[in-house]
Amino acid sequence: MLEIKNLHVKLEAEDKAILKGVDLVIEPGKVHAIMGPNGSGKSTLSYVLSGRDGYEVTEGEATLDGVDILEMEPEERAAAGLFLAFQYPVEIPGVGNMTFLRTAVNAQRKARGQDEMSAAEFLKVIREKAKTLQIDADMLKRPVNVGFSGGEKKRNEILQMAMLEPKMCILDETDSGLDVDAMKLVSDGVNALRDAGRSFLVITHYQRLLDHIKPDVVHIMADGRIIKTGGPDLALEVEKNGYADLLAEAGAA
Amino acid sequence: MAKAELKQDATEARIAALAMPKGGKWIAAARAEALARLRAMGLPARRDEYWRYTRPDTLTQADAPAAALFDGKEPPVFDSVDRLRIVFVDGVFDAAASDDLTMSGVEIERLETASGADIHWAKDLYGVLEARGQKPVDRPLAALNSAFATDGVLIRVTGKAAKPVSLIYTHASETSDAILHHVVKLEKGAELTLLENGPAAARFNKVLEVEVADGARFHHIRAQGRDHERRAATHVFTRLGTESQFKSFTLTVNGVMTRNEAVIELTGDDAVAHIAGAAMGDGAFHHDDTVFITHDAVNCESRQVFKKVLRNGAVGVFQGKILVKEGAQKTDGYQISQSLLLDGDSQFLAKPELEIYADDVACSHGSTSGAIDMDALYYLRSRGVPRKEATDLLVLSFLAEAVDEIEDEGLREEIVSRLTGWLARRGS
Repeated sequence: MLEIKNLHVKLEAEDKAILKGVDLVIEPGKVHAIMGPNGSGKSTLSYVLSGRDGYEVTEGEATLDGVDILEMEPEERAAAGLFLAFQYPVEIPGVGNMTFLRTAVNAQRKARGQDEMSAAEFLKVIREKAKTLQIDADMLKRPVNVGFSGGEKKRNEILQMAMLEPKMCILDETDSGLDVDAMKLVSDGVNALRDAGRSFLVITHYQRLLDHIKPDVVHIMADGRIIKTGGPDLALEVEKNGYADLLAEAGAA
Repeated sequence: MAKAELKQDATEARIAALAMPKGGKWIAAARAEALARLRAMGLPARRDEYWRYTRPDTLTQADAPAAALFDGKEPPVFDSVDRLRIVFVDGVFDAAASDDLTMSGVEIERLETASGADIHWAKDLYGVLEARGQKPVDRPLAALNSAFATDGVLIRVTGKAAKPVSLIYTHASETSDAILHHVVKLEKGAELTLLENGPAAARFNKVLEVEVADGARFHHIRAQGRDHERRAATHVFTRLGTESQFKSFTLTVNGVMTRNEAVIELTGDDAVAHIAGAAMGDGAFHHDDTVFITHDAVNCESRQVFKKVLRNGAVGVFQGKILVKEGAQKTDGYQISQSLLLDGDSQFLAKPELEIYADDVACSHGSTSGAIDMDALYYLRSRGVPRKEATDLLVLSFLAEAVDEIEDEGLREEIVSRLTGWLARRGS
């Protein structure tokens, strides 16, 4: 599914290296988690993969189903099946949530050469999906993320994911700003999308999200590299002991 | 030659190119007074403070600069709205193209017909609200209009109008120079929606005087579009009574030179005045919104929302003032003017002003210029929306606060469809 080889990335503005050789392979249907201390490059990885401006890839590659995505525009990556759930979803006043989602769904369908979804069909699908995420009609009508609580914004991200049906989902600190109930709701939404043909990359600081979204593989990232890879136990180890030991071990190696 | 003399010469040159229409006693007197006002003020010149950001010369020179006729195919705005149509071609009433002017609760009369009478109800308003609006700032083009307007309508509303009255301005001659003057009087508790659309002429000078009596409501939605080379100087003067409402929205799409002035006086307690504008300019576009709102009663609300989207060297101007007179306590005044600059060549000039003589008021004003929000653009694109479509959505998002001032959903959608059409016709 997603294959990252020796990825080196720097900030364009500051000429500062952030990623210093990331290698990562995510098989179809698998859930990978990336944990790591602040500033390790986790969010940068998600931005570079989704095509945000301001980053320069100096070395390495990233492919989705064998296709190089780094040269694509963000919208082309989305149409190819990549989705990033934002840590800080953006507010867009004056554009209804529903209008936004319908524009996105149909733009992707158009890019893939599919027919656009009719208004009636779209309404039926979105109502059903919104219901399981406890998103009411009012939230669908309101401008995108405007006046939404932290939990509502994250649920809205998952609703977008559910509507766009991507094959590679990246969740960037989706647990930040969520209380226990909201985390459960969001996690249930993600778990409902787990599928043999869909992979996830879950970026988080804390193990607790991984109690709800159970990963197959856990990676530890530090200073722009993946320093350790293991099973779900690795997350528990971090929760218990912190990153210090792992960092020391990697430094020594 | 002294500056004052130059100004006087320019004013006399313009007056010489105009003919005062014939009319009965009441209008002849109003016209003579307006002419005297014009002579006393002189036409605006480049050095005038009130014309600092907008060059008045093409609006004041004796002959109108030519403007090519619109050759686009899209149907005119409001076409699908059920309304009473009043059509002017190059500033001349076209009876054949207009609907029958009768409607329950509304009296509509052509200015030319009314001016033949010796007395008329419009005597108390024609040129009167305009004259009141000449203080503390001169508005000579409005005085010129009152003196020389050749056509227009006088509308008296006594009840709730069954449908909107729609003034349609068609442009047929490339050098037409139209001067129209309308008067609207809403009696107590009356209600009217007035629509205006079309380029009118190569050069258009229009005055709209609106008296809103106690408890009456006036809605005004205007679309200025089509001919890109058109020039216009328009004024709306309004006076609001107790618990009355005045709500005006203007969409301006292209146009080489437009100056829209609004002079609003809140004279009755608990009155509400909202004025909004959405302007989109591409290339040779100069658009000036100049607003003066006077609060002279207790517990009134005024709201100004002006948004401009500018690209390829387009220029936007906003001059907005809220004057709160002594005793106008509990005034709620809001003013925002913003521009979205789609490139580095475009320009927005703003002069927001507050002058307050009462001590228990809430007034706020803000003005910003900015580019497309890159985070929002990235967010939309990351969901699969291509750059052009994403930018268009963000433009609509930017204009929403102004467009939302249109209360009627159907009319609001008419305006939104114009905006989306304009955006769709443009490359990224």
